[in-house]
Amino acid sequence: MKNNVTTNKLNARFLESIVETHSYRGDDTAIVKKEKLFEICTFLRDDEELLYNFMMDLTAVDYLGREPRFEVVYHLYSLTYNRRFRIKTLVSESECSVDSIVPIWVSANWFEREVYDLYGIIFKGHPELRRILLYEEFQGHPLRKDYPINKRQPLIGPTN
Amino acid sequence: MSDSAKDLHSEHMVINMGPSHPVTHGTVKFLLTLEGETIVDMKVDIGYLHRGFEKMCENGTWEQVMPYTDRLNYVSPLINNVGYALAVEKLIDIDVPERCKYIRVIASELARISDHYTNIAASGLELGAFTAFLYFVEARELIWDLIEMMCGARVTSNYVRIGGIKNDLPDGFKTKARESFKRCRQLWADVDKLLTKNRIFIDRVRDVGIMPPDEAIAWGFTGPCLRACGIPYDVRKFHPYLVYDQMDFEVPVGAKGDNFDRYLVRMEEINQSMRIVEQAMEKIPSGPINVDMPEYRWQSKDDIGNRIESLIFHFKTVIEGIKPPKGEIYSAVEGANGELGFYLVSDGSGKPYKCRVRPPCFPLTAAMPRMVKGGFIADIVPTFDMINMIGGECDR
Repeated sequence: MKNNVTTNKLNARFLESIVETHSYRGDDTAIVKKEKLFEICTFLRDDEELLYNFMMDLTAVDYLGREPRFEVVYHLYSLTYNRRFRIKTLVSESECSVDSIVPIWVSANWFEREVYDLYGIIFKGHPELRRILLYEEFQGHPLRKDYPINKRQPLIGPTN
Repeated sequence: MSDSAKDLHSEHMVINMGPSHPVTHGTVKFLLTLEGETIVDMKVDIGYLHRGFEKMCENGTWEQVMPYTDRLNYVSPLINNVGYALAVEKLIDIDVPERCKYIRVIASELARISDHYTNIAASGLELGAFTAFLYFVEARELIWDLIEMMCGARVTSNYVRIGGIKNDLPDGFKTKARESFKRCRQLWADVDKLLTKNRIFIDRVRDVGIMPPDEAIAWGFTGPCLRACGIPYDVRKFHPYLVYDQMDFEVPVGAKGDNFDRYLVRMEEINQSMRIVEQAMEKIPSGPINVDMPEYRWQSKDDIGNRIESLIFHFKTVIEGIKPPKGEIYSAVEGANGELGFYLVSDGSGKPYKCRVRPPCFPLTAAMPRMVKGGFIADIVPTFDMINMIGGECDR
């Protein structure tokens, strides 16, 4: 962990914005403050020694009963250095939003829509934040832990 | 000229293509804005096959997820099985026996071959090459026979288990595979002759759906579509798992990143996958196929009857499910369409706290408007064929 380039560079540059770093089963992770997320992601993509050019996966996890409740998880990959890195940011239920990273990696577009759809987290600055897997009239966000598995949705007629 | 042009009906036309259109194999809707035959704007609507995969996984045990993964990319379910099993094994930190690794490699490559066959056959069909379709469906049939011999099912294989596999390779598998591959290679050569130098096919696919390499990376392309742009990223080479580092195979790359390159990359990958299967069958060692850890992998009936810990854990794992330690991991394998990643979070209980799949065709489908805007409406067909969107995986 001490020799990890990414963690070292992040700590050197954004020390007060890093909540925690750890490595589990070889997956290096940094939990960052959400206010600085956009800046950190830009740095990770553009720094000469990091060059995380792939935004492989973006998702969220609902830790119901914990504060802040949600974690938004980004999996980055650098083709140049063949390195993976995970960034996480904490989002509370009362202020359920985080900066969109679509301007950094365009692939985040649909992934962010999916997280909005299934978890109800708002991505500020997203070009077109609407539901993607479910339909517009769907009520609630089904991957939240307090969404009952047997809940039924009202029937809807044809739209427009 | 200018006066008469004003009187022409020249508003943009908005039409729906799908959700149930013969060429959108898999249900997807394109909302097209057209100017004549040219695509001005395109919106892609997915989600018609959404089944709540993650919600289902969170409410079942770790082992009950396995059949659900069959139904992600239902054209190459074995790769999904392997990917999920490897992810859970990474979470628990177990290493499966050597023989199991080889069988998993054989299974993955057979699935990849059948996936590419299906993809190219269907693309040919949708561009009017019905003969090519028939040839590759015959070849796929032969591969599916092998898969059936191996695990008892043709499509919903449910073959791999956490910490092992369901059963060993049957007797005579090697001989049968060799015979099938001989015929498959003949069929491959036939399709190659029918399509690769076919003027009609080339006119439809060459220089269509071009994606420059830097943009492909930004859009999150992986798999054959990324390699068609000339970037040799293949999880099997860059992060070798199982025994891929001991296999001798090439990673074909394209030059331009158009649909023709994607087709060529897939054609060559079929050959490379066959090479891998043949090598694995030669090198495969004998030995156990399951880990001897009763808390994670069911033991044989004999052991359950004679070993006390096997019996105890048989009850515990059936009733409560296996219990990986607390933690989170991301593990990726090379799916037929690209990087198939699993992000798992365990809270130490018998059920996954989070079971996320990174579907390779999701970012590819997202980039559809980028690839077809400015082109003709007919270009949608080959482009959509070549990104190989699989509804079950994209919508989960």
